[in-house]
Amino acid sequence: MLAVRDNRDRAAFARLFAHFAPRVKGMLMRSGMGAAAAEDVVQDVMLAVWHKAHQFDPARAQVSGWVYRIARNRQVDLARKAGRPLPEEVETETPPEADPGAILGLAQEAGELRAALARLTPDQREVISRAYLGDLTHGEIREETGLPLGTIKSRIRLGLERLRHELKDLRRE
Amino acid sequence: MTKIAHHIPDEMLAAYAAGRLPATFEMIVAAHVSMCDACRAALETHEMLGGTLMETAAPAAPLEGDLLERTLAQLDAPVEADGAARTPPARMGIYPGPVAEALHHGPPRWRAAGGGVRQQILAEDGKSSVRLLYIPGGQAVPDHGHGGTELTMVLQGAFHDETGHFGPGDVEVADESLEHTPIADAGAACICLAATDARLRFRSLLPRLAQPFLRI
Repeated sequence: MLAVRDNRDRAAFARLFAHFAPRVKGMLMRSGMGAAAAEDVVQDVMLAVWHKAHQFDPARAQVSGWVYRIARNRQVDLARKAGRPLPEEVETETPPEADPGAILGLAQEAGELRAALARLTPDQREVISRAYLGDLTHGEIREETGLPLGTIKSRIRLGLERLRHELKDLRRE
Repeated sequence: MTKIAHHIPDEMLAAYAAGRLPATFEMIVAAHVSMCDACRAALETHEMLGGTLMETAAPAAPLEGDLLERTLAQLDAPVEADGAARTPPARMGIYPGPVAEALHHGPPRWRAAGGGVRQQILAEDGKSSVRLLYIPGGQAVPDHGHGGTELTMVLQGAFHDETGHFGPGDVEVADESLEHTPIADAGAACICLAATDARLRFRSLLPRLAQPFLRI
């Protein structure tokens, strides 16, 4: 990503594309979008990654989270007549000044988050994934799985307890 | 500026990050995050979790054909003003960027709404609405309950009610259980952004998934 940002490196962009484009497409299709429409959005998103690269700050975001935001904003933009209301951007240097300590700290936290997610049971991971990757509300989850809402709530709670435990060290910061 | 004391509930930030927050409440979230670093950080944390899940849990969908080549071919094309790389709007006086955009970057066109209160509706769809409210200093808004969920964010001045005191940037979340009488502080008029969805019950709509991530 930094090669894309700082050197406008097209080969590096192609590698970023190979990694993220299928994942963004998978996420969009998971929220109910058709394959062709999803590819159009993927293209918009990856072009935005190229054009907005100067704003990417590794001390504030992982590349995946940054791409996730661009993809969600684009997806919702297309669903709204007037576009999606977006927060103002924080004024930073472009490109943001490198802060090695903060970059390392964020990378470590992200690693712990991944580890905590990996330790969840498949059921718990599925519930969290639905909230962030699909666009299902409680009612829709109930419809799709045939489970009563109470079961879902307790599953979410179990997932939460487990996550809270796993993330305790992270949160002690 | 006074310190922001009343924030967007974390479940709503998670829902905004994931693109599943009802349209009615998106402007309030975007406006508050524009003014509140704590909620911006929380939102970016949810995006980090979403990105991690996208990388690890979403099934990757193979691309059809030559999408990479077509994308590379467009890298040098001019950026569309309303495309995915658009620049979010800037603040306009007391109005945060997303509100300024809804006002088309001009001043509000106030209409009388009774009792000295004025309003401009920014968006309306059936039983949901987003509006600006102008409440003269010292003026009370009649006692009202809520069917559904109402979010009110102060942009100028302040108001207080049975639940607390709300100044610029503060957000009050009200649902059917709250009967209150907001009163604008004496002095400058209180200008608020209010979003209502009479059909929604906040508590039952949004999964309480993300609290552990709030204070990472």
